[in-house]
Amino acid sequence: MQRLKPVDVVIVGGGFTGLLMAKEITARTSRSVVVLERGPARTNGQYSAGMDELDYAVRLRMMQNLADETLTHRHSAKASAVPVRQYGSFQPGTGTGGAGEHWGALSYRFGPDVFRLESDLREKHPGSKILENVTAQDWGVTYDELELNYYRAERMMGVSGKAGNLRGQKVEGGNVFEGPRSQEFPLPPHKTSYVADRFRTTARDSGYHPYPVPSATLSQTYKNPDGITRAGCQYCGYCTRFGCMIGAKAQPTNLLLPLVEHKKTFALRAGCQVRRVLHRDGMAEGVTYTDSAGNEFEQPARVVILSSWTLNNVRLLLLSKLGEPYDPATAKGTLGRNLTHQVSGNVRFFLNEYLNTFMGAGGLGFAIDDFDGNNAFDPAAGLLRGGQLRMQASGEGPLAAFGHIPPGETKAVWGSEWKKAALKWHDKSSQISFEGGHFPYRQNYMDLDPTYTDKFGDPLIRLTLDWTDHERAQTDMAIRVGSEIARRMGAKVGASRGVGARYSVTYYQSTHIQGGTIMGASPERSVVNPCSQHWKTPNLWITGGSTFPQSASGNPTLTMLAMTYRAADAMIDRYFKHPGALA
Amino acid sequence: MKRREFLTVPVKGLGGVLIYSLAGEAIRVQAQDGVVRVPLRFFNEAEARTVQAACARIFPADDSGPGATEANVIVYIDHQLAGPWGADKHRYTKGPWVESMPEHGYQGKENPREIYRAGVAKLGGDFASLALAAQDERLRAIEKTLFFQLLRTHTIEGMFSDPLHGGNAGLIGWQLIGYPGPLMSYRDEIDKYHGMPFEAKPRSLEQVVGRKVVGWEDEKE
Ligand SMILES: Cc1cc2nc3c(=O)[nH]c(=O)nc-3n(C[C@H](O)[C@H](O)[C@H](O)COP(=O)(O)OP(=O)(O)OC[C@H]3O[C@@H](n4cnc5c(N)ncnc54)[C@H](O)[C@@H]3O)c2cc1C
Ligand code: SF4
Repeated sequence: MQRLKPVDVVIVGGGFTGLLMAKEITARTSRSVVVLERGPARTNGQYSAGMDELDYAVRLRMMQNLADETLTHRHSAKASAVPVRQYGSFQPGTGTGGAGEHWGALSYRFGPDVFRLESDLREKHPGSKILENVTAQDWGVTYDELELNYYRAERMMGVSGKAGNLRGQKVEGGNVFEGPRSQEFPLPPHKTSYVADRFRTTARDSGYHPYPVPSATLSQTYKNPDGITRAGCQYCGYCTRFGCMIGAKAQPTNLLLPLVEHKKTFALRAGCQVRRVLHRDGMAEGVTYTDSAGNEFEQPARVVILSSWTLNNVRLLLLSKLGEPYDPATAKGTLGRNLTHQVSGNVRFFLNEYLNTFMGAGGLGFAIDDFDGNNAFDPAAGLLRGGQLRMQASGEGPLAAFGHIPPGETKAVWGSEWKKAALKWHDKSSQISFEGGHFPYRQNYMDLDPTYTDKFGDPLIRLTLDWTDHERAQTDMAIRVGSEIARRMGAKVGASRGVGARYSVTYYQSTHIQGGTIMGASPERSVVNPCSQHWKTPNLWITGGSTFPQSASGNPTLTMLAMTYRAADAMIDRYFKHPGALA
Repeated sequence: MKRREFLTVPVKGLGGVLIYSLAGEAIRVQAQDGVVRVPLRFFNEAEARTVQAACARIFPADDSGPGATEANVIVYIDHQLAGPWGADKHRYTKGPWVESMPEHGYQGKENPREIYRAGVAKLGGDFASLALAAQDERLRAIEKTLFFQLLRTHTIEGMFSDPLHGGNAGLIGWQLIGYPGPLMSYRDEIDKYHGMPFEAKPRSLEQVVGRKVVGWEDEKE
């Protein structure tokens, strides 16, 4: 093991939040920053080389190679876990930019109640049986305190949308259920695709409040406050799971990397997998890593920032024996608790018209929040909180689009009859999708797997995770409302999918996995303080979804970036001046 | 080194697409009587015939248009199996191997190459020469197997993925479904083509970007 020259800050993971941290620190201080990224180096503009649906959307060429490292899953602490051998209900990223390169760019703010969910649930549903094992928590930071950082993140990326709540004034055409915004979106909404338009008019005529999905794909050319100019989106449809060929989608390689890569105080080492966080007497001392040639290094640092996405943030701390692992039997220990995914479902529908679903952009679409959060409260159905219903036009390639046939047409799944039906209905179907907030439960958590290991022989992370009746009630509601809307659109309703009897790793749901190193107001029940600083190791900071005490219905990345700005301010303005615990 | 195997395919189906060998060399294919001999990377000729015949039953040429044989689906499958994906280079393959519930997906040890080898053997060496009804019967008998599910998925992929992967020859698949190819911009169309078809002559990725694009299966590890 070679011991390297100490640096001021080492960041584990060169993804969205890691590079944002690096950019803020190098722009505002003279401290040296080294980013260690396990995956390949990527550059701005490299996506013009050409990407196709099979390699990128089916074989998932940009994602973590599961042969090197995966996770294991079991439904309860009584069962033994098995490895997720092929993708999967979510798709972790790798390489410069992380999953931020191939994300869908839906850029939601969380509602104010999500930041104080424990208090909110206690006030609204005292003594509810549904909440018996729910371990929701307040974040220790409120929506109002985060609002300006939300706006900072929206301006950095150039989020396109329409405000529905401007300083408390409801604005028609926007999301009237959202928290108050101090400013309108940086950019106006996108053009509207056919299915999204049909959904919008039908939802509106049904008395709901459709709004354009906020999206970090640019509706027009935009220059952000950092001086980065990007072209407007072309609706090419090769968006989610792809890098944008023209840079219209907000990606770390086009927003952040160009600002740091030439700095003397910055270095990014790709192909370097961090294995342990070194620590002694309540202080982090650096990290150890293995490069792509198999050489082992120790990188001492004054500050360590974990930005390696939810699973590895938690796994690295467990491997490094830094913190007390959570035990579901006693509910003691903070590291690994409050694992959440997102509650998703969909309703397929058929219209006897050409929909051109290959046109689109990751975040393009319309949605309603009329059944989100407390709006969905339905005691008879066992439902406390709901989620969003959306009609997205993300751009469907022919492999994803082919083979959807309305019920009753044919029983065949191959052969002439099937082929005819599939050709007849091709591009005449789409789906209304649902994303709901997932409650954290006492029984859902992360720890190290006792059996399975990665390519280095280190234990994999183990997810103990299953759905409860509440999540089933959420998707039952979504299927009912979604089907109603589809029928009113004049469509024939096809197959629908809820969370089902058991959590399944076999189909994609969303790459929104949260918890494990959660944020909170007290060290007894959380790992980091509301500045994202480790409670017990003040020179260790953590960014990303692992700090979320619970999931929300909206997609999480905008909130991660807003929290990262907040962490950067706390570190730069306070910690660097007076190192020590901030809260 | 093993003997190089070839498969004879109709030249119409080839649609002017170059065929590359496993080593990446472009093979100049000679057209004789409207057919060409395509070098195989993974299958031997007999196996390729069986798979080709099976794909043609899954996605047949009929009065609704051409099918798997015309699109060179067999070349697509052959390349995928010969490449890293066929050898499970991206799947977690450490033991212990245990069976689990359907929610945990495929937990088997066999990689796609092995699944195909066994599945093709099960279809029988005479498969390609059977009457169509008899072929269908054999396929129905294995409908629930993983091999059949892979075969069905790969047939669709070979029909509708970009021709850079060896299938969708002459853009036959995209013509069938009216997919224009990766055109890069629908900015002027997305809010206009509402409920009506967008009719454009399909173009492949290489035609759109104007240079050769290397598929994952061809990438040097
Ligand atoms: C297909 C897809 C669609 C998505 N769509 C949306 C969307 O529409 N809206 C939304 O809000 N979110 C979306 N997401 C999620 C979004 O991409 C993530 O929330 C975001 O990228 C997380 O940022 P991060 O910095 O925490 O992690 P990442 O951006 O993933 O970066 C983490 C980095 O850490 C590296 N790393 C991990 N472990 C180590 C280690 N041990 N050593 C060194 N490096 C390591 C990884 O290789 C990676 O590059 C999507 C994700 C996917 C996959
Ligand atoms: S849809 Fe727009 S943002 Fe997405 S990849 Fe295409 S041009 Fe880029």
